[in-house]
Amino acid sequence: MDKTVKNEIMLITGTRKGIGKYLAEYYLDKGVTVIGCSRGESSIDNDKYRHFILDVSDEKAVISMVRDVKKEFGRIDVLLNNAGAASMNHILLTPYKTIKETTETNYFGTFLFLREVSKVMLKKKYGRIVNFASIATPLKWEGEAAYAASKAAVENLTKIAAKEVAEYGITVNALGSTPVWTDMINRVPKEKLDGILSQQAIKRLGEMKDVSHLCDFLIDEESNFITGQVIFLGGVS
Amino acid sequence: MKNQIEAIIIEALQDLNDDIESESLENPNKDTKIFGEDGALDSLALVSLISDLEEGIHDHFDKDVTLADEKAMSQRRSPFGSVETLTEYIEILING
Repeated sequence: MDKTVKNEIMLITGTRKGIGKYLAEYYLDKGVTVIGCSRGESSIDNDKYRHFILDVSDEKAVISMVRDVKKEFGRIDVLLNNAGAASMNHILLTPYKTIKETTETNYFGTFLFLREVSKVMLKKKYGRIVNFASIATPLKWEGEAAYAASKAAVENLTKIAAKEVAEYGITVNALGSTPVWTDMINRVPKEKLDGILSQQAIKRLGEMKDVSHLCDFLIDEESNFITGQVIFLGGVS
Repeated sequence: MKNQIEAIIIEALQDLNDDIESESLENPNKDTKIFGEDGALDSLALVSLISDLEEGIHDHFDKDVTLADEKAMSQRRSPFGSVETLTEYIEILING
């Protein structure tokens, strides 16, 4: 197994498509046991993959899933809190339902998995948690108020959680990705995308391997002195 | 049910005491103070206890409860004040 991944049991949320699916397959290829979830059926076929169908903001379902994982595998070494929902609209045109659902998935979902998985990790005095922030927050993208604000909440949660669970050997960091070619980005008009990229130090779309590279670093056992950090790709700060 | 819940709490406290070695937890009973004034646990140990109890409750009663509570960290009104108050609190959660 690759040195960067001695972590053997990994839980990734939002694995049906996009970055979550890529990360699940990336770590499965390295021999890691991956437990994933999404609102729909699994799209990954691998003996070392287990899939749960749930809504990440459904507290009961999250508790039950984490309990089942603990029963079956005995521990969780890594949590990649990836599940996310995008929303693009002018504030004045944004229905309450949209901001509620965006917040539920991006923030409440991240919170629930962080809380429940930390309880499992603290028993082993070891854990690596990576939350998913977004450069939409520091760049204050127009039209992304619901999304960027929910990701701002994730940043703050990351920094406070890092302090609260440090005693248990658990690190909590956040990865702030630039746009990467996924379903979410397909819906962004080209002119808007060019405008977004012009605000990055390195003006290109991210690639999946940029995301996994940063993940590797954050979950490495040797990264035990790195916590509470929000690291952005593309030279955004 | 009350007796079973109390037994789960006492067992969890004894397990926890293997780590923290608190004199007041050597022989826990219903009057043992857990958290807050004169409590045996600090907030770190309390989090660990909560995790053990949730698992114990699930194993005994097949119920998923979350012991998270707005008043958990309150020094005066925390349901984690003593074994007795915690037993009552858990009984309400299980029956709710």
